[in-house]
Amino acid sequence: MEEVKEQFISLPRLGEPAPAFEAVTTHGTLKLEDFKGSWLILFSHPADFTPVCTTEFIAFAEIYPELQKRGVELLGLSVDSVSSHIAWTRNVEEKTGTKIPFPIIADLSKEVSLAYGMIHPGQSKTETVRCVFIIDDKQVIRTILYYPLTTGRNMDEILRIIDALQTTDANAVATPANWRPGEMVVVPPPNTQEMAEERLKQGYECVDWYLCKKKL
Amino acid sequence: MACISPDGKPTESGAKMLRALKPGPGSPEEIAKDAGLPLFRVRSGLRELAQAGLANQKDDKYEITDKGAELIE
Repeated sequence: MEEVKEQFISLPRLGEPAPAFEAVTTHGTLKLEDFKGSWLILFSHPADFTPVCTTEFIAFAEIYPELQKRGVELLGLSVDSVSSHIAWTRNVEEKTGTKIPFPIIADLSKEVSLAYGMIHPGQSKTETVRCVFIIDDKQVIRTILYYPLTTGRNMDEILRIIDALQTTDANAVATPANWRPGEMVVVPPPNTQEMAEERLKQGYECVDWYLCKKKL
Repeated sequence: MACISPDGKPTESGAKMLRALKPGPGSPEEIAKDAGLPLFRVRSGLRELAQAGLANQKDDKYEITDKGAELIE
């Protein structure tokens, strides 16, 4: 019988606990559980000292104060050493004036990368693609984004997703396409005929019984 | 180690945590507030300080050891 060479790893999925890890970072050894009580954006980049990643790190550093206002921490990752991360972030600060304030995992063993499905061999067998895992304060995965090696991430969208998720949690509502904070939110659709009939009398802005919006 | 230098002395963040522990035992949340450091840094830093014998964990709180107190004098 032919040997099975491919290893199948169960990838993280939305609504499931984020895979635990203990990893060497630029801020010392960190465990996932160290972030309990805060939201966490765990993101990977292909490699230090590369152009798109440098623009992304500057952009992540720029939104870090906004993330902190929302109780969100940032944690970067690539398959590079701590020394490489330190040299790169010092270089970024020296050349652009932007200090990178958040830790970066040095995942030389690829343990975290593999647990989170960050290596896509079709893109690169050795580098992580541009992943974003939004993990809530209970350490449940709430959003997963994958970007290819050639496309830098959109920080506005990442902030928007955080705002949308936290609004959903606080108010038991959903958010429509292109929603921005302050705009109307979607009322969860009714589950019964009776509730559907009542819905149209509740003073919401409705297209029909299944699509009603309200202001918060 | 982020909180202990290779020479065994606490780094700036390590010293901040030890100073926050000096008045009495504290939880990671209390130390983070007193030291002005992110909670995740404090949780990992307190683990390191405990491994180095500069702090002891008692239930959910940490206390400074004599060795830890000596290093911030």
